[in-house]
Amino acid sequence: MSVLVYTENWDGKFKKFSYELVSYALSVAALTGGDVTALSIGTVDQDELSTLGKYGASLVFSADGAPSGLDNQVFTSIIAAAMEKCGAKVLVMAHNNTGKAIAPRLSVSLKAGLAAGVTAVPESVNPLVVNKKVFSGKAFGKVEILTEKAILTLSQNSFEIAETGGTASVEAFDSGVDVSAAETTIKDVQKQEGKLLLTDADVVISGGRGMKSGDNWAPIEELAGILEGATACSRPVSDEGWRPHGEHTGQTGKIIAPNLYMAFGISGAIQHLAGVSSSKCIVAVNTDKDAPIFESADYGIVGDALKVLPELISEIRAAKAQ
Amino acid sequence: MRILICISNVPDTTTKVKFSTDNTSFDDGGVQWIINPWDELALTRAMELKEDASNPVSNVTVVTVGSPAAEPTLRKALAIGADDAIRVDAVSTDAHFVASQLAAVAANGDFGVVLCGIESSDYNGSAVGGMISEIMGIPSVSAVSEFKFDGGEVVLSRDIDGGKEEVSVPAPFVAIVQKGIAKEPRIAAMRGIMMARKKPLQVVPAADAESFTAYQAFAMPEPKAPCKMVDADNVKELVNLLQNEAKVL
Repeated sequence: MSVLVYTENWDGKFKKFSYELVSYALSVAALTGGDVTALSIGTVDQDELSTLGKYGASLVFSADGAPSGLDNQVFTSIIAAAMEKCGAKVLVMAHNNTGKAIAPRLSVSLKAGLAAGVTAVPESVNPLVVNKKVFSGKAFGKVEILTEKAILTLSQNSFEIAETGGTASVEAFDSGVDVSAAETTIKDVQKQEGKLLLTDADVVISGGRGMKSGDNWAPIEELAGILEGATACSRPVSDEGWRPHGEHTGQTGKIIAPNLYMAFGISGAIQHLAGVSSSKCIVAVNTDKDAPIFESADYGIVGDALKVLPELISEIRAAKAQ
Repeated sequence: MRILICISNVPDTTTKVKFSTDNTSFDDGGVQWIINPWDELALTRAMELKEDASNPVSNVTVVTVGSPAAEPTLRKALAIGADDAIRVDAVSTDAHFVASQLAAVAANGDFGVVLCGIESSDYNGSAVGGMISEIMGIPSVSAVSEFKFDGGEVVLSRDIDGGKEEVSVPAPFVAIVQKGIAKEPRIAAMRGIMMARKKPLQVVPAADAESFTAYQAFAMPEPKAPCKMVDADNVKELVNLLQNEAKVL
């Protein structure tokens, strides 16, 4: 019984998350028995497709000729056709914008129970039971899949990537889906090229109201630059227009799980913590020693973020120079 | 155009989460219930569009699946401005069961657009909106952060990694919305609360539908180790800890 993993591409390239998904699918296949088949939709060159083999895919279906823009119905049909072709009972996808758009449709069309945003392999496979966060990270729930097939969408940065040294055979996959039936018209695309995505970043430097003004963001950006990270902010900051909405991390903003999250002048309202609590290491700098952020942080400094930041920057520069 | 907004009745996001003694269900004792935050933004945007007479929005209906205990949340949506409300009389079991109920309501009402929040703040399933569209066999657009009319046509912006796309799909369709769709959720005014009492709230029986998933048990996360505090005059020590203890630099 094989596991199918849908590996999305970004302008013809895979990224760390793609390999994380394949690693995860391999661990699921170790429980269910069978191999991992990866499905790629759109134009991706042969060399790039073969990289999926290094992380555990034995076979790669390449569905070229699909529309470049996401049409939820067309993509659903292609993935459903691939599930049928390889006889998989478990489908692994990303819990990102694309996965959230397609996985629920596939759940209906494949009659497959969906566990969204999982962070670990299933606890058992017969029946399939998997743990996931609920109440925005305040608790865990064990979800039992009641259907024969299952869809698991994985949260980014939650599973360790492991190279297996394997190789994959790449096959052209003709889904038989009429891609011209796509009903989504894409009228305009605005993309920031070359900028590290907040959700992809290993390090995130974030500022809150304690930064006092949008004009004080230079040290946040400088620190993010030194650590090759991305910048983020709390909700009041984006609501004030100090920073763009895309940087808002929290329950209703972006949910992130970097290796290092540094919060400057963020008190840590429960809604903010819902967006960052999966970070591996949280550092907080806040003037209020009773700020709730310190309950979630691993390391803390009680102090003014605007004073601590320049010192931190010079100390990190010094440490990096060694 | 008639708009249907699917509302999830969820515990206030500041609720301290507790479970039953056997850990198999959420303990709702003392919980304040609210409109799911993303659904509330969808409702706010629908009201903004309806109030501008240049937009072809004729009616805004809100619907939820739940017991009579969910009605105050529907009344709140009516107070914010929805024209009428529907409660499907059923205890929600899982996303597929709920989506099946909502799809049945949507198919019955000649709605041009069905709006759903991108997830609910309780079980974080991110599934109901997409499922409704697949059950109905109609287009869906997810991660929608802008919703406007251009002429008679709906234009949506959806978030993609590192940017936005402006898209359109033929009606009827499901728009699964997130932050940005409206700026601030609207608060009901006293006049709205008075008027809401007289607005129609229809109760419909549940349709036959299957559950695809079930929660077996819940658990609270392991308590965290206490935060290590570093003196503000000793930033060097923090860098040392991050480098040599946490190994994140």
